[in-house]
Amino acid sequence: MLAELALYSDRLFMATVLVYVLAMVLHGAAYAIERAPAKAVALVGAGGQDAAPIEEPVEPPAGGRAEKFGGMALSLTLLGVFLHFGSIVLRGLAAQRWPLGNMYEFVSAICLAAAVTWLVVQRRSAVARPVGLFVLLPVVILLFLGGTVLYAPAAPVMPALQSYWLVIHVTAITISSGLLLVPGMLSALYLLRRSGRLAGIADKLPSADALDRVAYRTTIVAFPLFTFAIIAGAIWAEAAWGRFWGWDPKETVAFVSWVIYAAYLHARATAGWRTGRAAWINIVGFAAVVFNLFFINMVVAGLHSYAGLG
Amino acid sequence: MSAQTESPARPGPDPEQPGAGGRLGSVWAVLRNSWRGLTAMRTALVLLFLLALGALPGALLPQRSLNQTLVDKYFTDYPWLAPTLDRLGFFDIFAAPWFAAIYLLLMVSLIGCVLPRTVEHAKALRAAPVAVPRNLGRMPHHGRAVLDMGIDEAAGLVRTRLRGWRSAEQEDGPARTFSAEKGYLRELGNLLFHLSLIGLLVGFGAGKLFGYEGQVIVMSGGGQFCNTGILGYDSFRAGLRVDGTDLTPFCVRVDDFQTQYLANGQANSFDARIGYQTGADLAAGDVEQWRPYDLSVNHPLRLDGDRVYLLGNGYAPQFTVTFPDGQQRTGEIQWRPVDMGTLLSEGATKFEPPGVTNDEQRRTRQLAITGLLAPTSSGGTVVTSVFPDLLNPEVAVDVLRGDLGLDDGRGQSIFQVDQSKVDSGQLTRVARANLVPGQSVTLDDGTVVRFDGVQKWVNLQISHDPGQNYVLVFAILLLAGLGLSLTIRRRRFWARLTPADDGARTVVEVGGLARTDRAGYGEEFDRLRADLLKSHSEATKDT
Repeated sequence: MLAELALYSDRLFMATVLVYVLAMVLHGAAYAIERAPAKAVALVGAGGQDAAPIEEPVEPPAGGRAEKFGGMALSLTLLGVFLHFGSIVLRGLAAQRWPLGNMYEFVSAICLAAAVTWLVVQRRSAVARPVGLFVLLPVVILLFLGGTVLYAPAAPVMPALQSYWLVIHVTAITISSGLLLVPGMLSALYLLRRSGRLAGIADKLPSADALDRVAYRTTIVAFPLFTFAIIAGAIWAEAAWGRFWGWDPKETVAFVSWVIYAAYLHARATAGWRTGRAAWINIVGFAAVVFNLFFINMVVAGLHSYAGLG
Repeated sequence: MSAQTESPARPGPDPEQPGAGGRLGSVWAVLRNSWRGLTAMRTALVLLFLLALGALPGALLPQRSLNQTLVDKYFTDYPWLAPTLDRLGFFDIFAAPWFAAIYLLLMVSLIGCVLPRTVEHAKALRAAPVAVPRNLGRMPHHGRAVLDMGIDEAAGLVRTRLRGWRSAEQEDGPARTFSAEKGYLRELGNLLFHLSLIGLLVGFGAGKLFGYEGQVIVMSGGGQFCNTGILGYDSFRAGLRVDGTDLTPFCVRVDDFQTQYLANGQANSFDARIGYQTGADLAAGDVEQWRPYDLSVNHPLRLDGDRVYLLGNGYAPQFTVTFPDGQQRTGEIQWRPVDMGTLLSEGATKFEPPGVTNDEQRRTRQLAITGLLAPTSSGGTVVTSVFPDLLNPEVAVDVLRGDLGLDDGRGQSIFQVDQSKVDSGQLTRVARANLVPGQSVTLDDGTVVRFDGVQKWVNLQISHDPGQNYVLVFAILLLAGLGLSLTIRRRRFWARLTPADDGARTVVEVGGLARTDRAGYGEEFDRLRADLLKSHSEATKDT
């Protein structure tokens, strides 16, 4: 029975990845046929010099079709989120514990948090759908790594992890990491948009200002949660390891990430740092989170070595 | 360290210099300018980066406080680099002077910024909101309408709508003005966050100064430990203000230790049934009474500010040596796990020959039993462990005889024999055998070494940190402050009411300004405007 549940969980995981990839393809299609307004005008101007007037397109305006594809991509993302959630719930039932006990489960849950964050963000703000392509890309890459390199079968966890603090600390860390993925990508897109390079891609993005604003708003939701997660981890460490803070490698890099995000918030209030530099700091912050997730768990030995990678 | 304010309150370098004053004046200027530089936000940012950058090697390089063995390995692996890194404190980052310099500067910078801001905010809380600007049309949010009511009625409307705002009303000739501000909690949260951060760091430091942490191995099946002094511990780390004379008195006895493993060898639970006596029990002379407690991972014993943790476990083989004259000696000392997966353990159990008073003779007849212990032996000729639980124990041991070097006055590992004595021939191997419980090996002089069985031991950690409760309180305050400062928006609202048409109608102008970055004040302002101006509004614009 439990083995079957674990199997269904794995199947749902694969279905999730498939649906996300499909959503990405549709986003990509929408992106490809959508026209950047400024660029289109320039093309008409350039064509005009050759005295060859552009023909009226016979097909319906590309904008409408792009809209349609974008909408389908979003619906698919939503479907993916449901499948993803199902996969994680079944995993928990199969292992008979909170489904955040190893790297595979952790990465999967971070991706779910990121996907949900993205759906909420795009509903609540002016960021256009095409950005979905760039948010789903890291999600799909992480899920792929999770399902292959990091995969671990459903099993109980070691005694140190058998605590209700696992539910509190790891869930908070997971959600905040997922939340931070989105502003990390948005800040990168913001820098791309602002730099004016890769104009063919960048011009279809929402305005630099909108990207920046949404990145900031998402970060200020994630940062207090991240802070809470670190505090919860310290309380757990006090009960499990005999001290609330011991500069274990994972703790150290969590501290480093926290300081970087603190610097981001301060940079937002400092003249001359508010835009470009702040965006860079946000990206470095997310890089630190990813570094903490992979490098510290897989390369450096420490108390947090629960990856289940033998 | 002031987060998210539209107008940073941190002063920049000031070009204005004290005009006269000579040398004293210039010293003053230097002092003042360096203070201003230190407390400037830009400096705080740079210090934050340095802090992050400086802490990073703490995760990448082995640290003495975590694992001395890994540090030693680093020295052997990179002999050309390690001494330099060591001189710079890279193996003790969090105790390195340069790291301390960074966070102390950051704290000074923080205090230098937060204290003036606290004073400023206290003043702002008492001060009236900023007077109405002359041209409300220039505000980022604004609106204007003519209402079909007298000025008193309109003023009443504004007053009702501004309930919950800190507001002030003024007469300006025939006109009336309202200025209001909301969101003072934001700055309060901001200050609370930063002040709590200072409190947290002070608590952390005090805990390190006045705290201690010791580890001790206790045999299961009745082994006892009393927290009377440093000598009772196997290892002890004391804070600078701890000399070990004033430890919290208590005793623990380990009655039984149970482990459960999954079929793949992964541990599923560690459980020690212990008894303990508190300082009060001991003072009252209740030395026979033991209070029962179930000590397990994630479930420490908390006693009068000290905590007892179950951190590790292992095995101690028991050997009985029967000397040729019939005298018996039994030795049981912990061996250390060398493979955490299968708990294959190594160690050395040492014996003195009984009844030998001549030191010269004694030093030729000391015995050591050293080798490997497999809790679940594979049963092959080479002893290996296949499972961490104690299912089928077997030892593979060498029996060494000679001078163990115990009289040299040098400390030696309890897990090993002094290799120099083996190399010099003062200690020689007299037997080698694989033994299961009950089996014995006879030496050339008739001495019989019997392997009796295996006892479990647990590794207990006793921690004392008087600062940690303060740290927790400040952490919660910090979180609350952070939440306030990131969710609350500080915004201003103004209204000017001017009578028109001989008092029958009133011209109402409103304006709004968000004082915080990306505040999203627009929607709230729109509601305010709609409520006050109904549908009469005209010429409005939002950004």
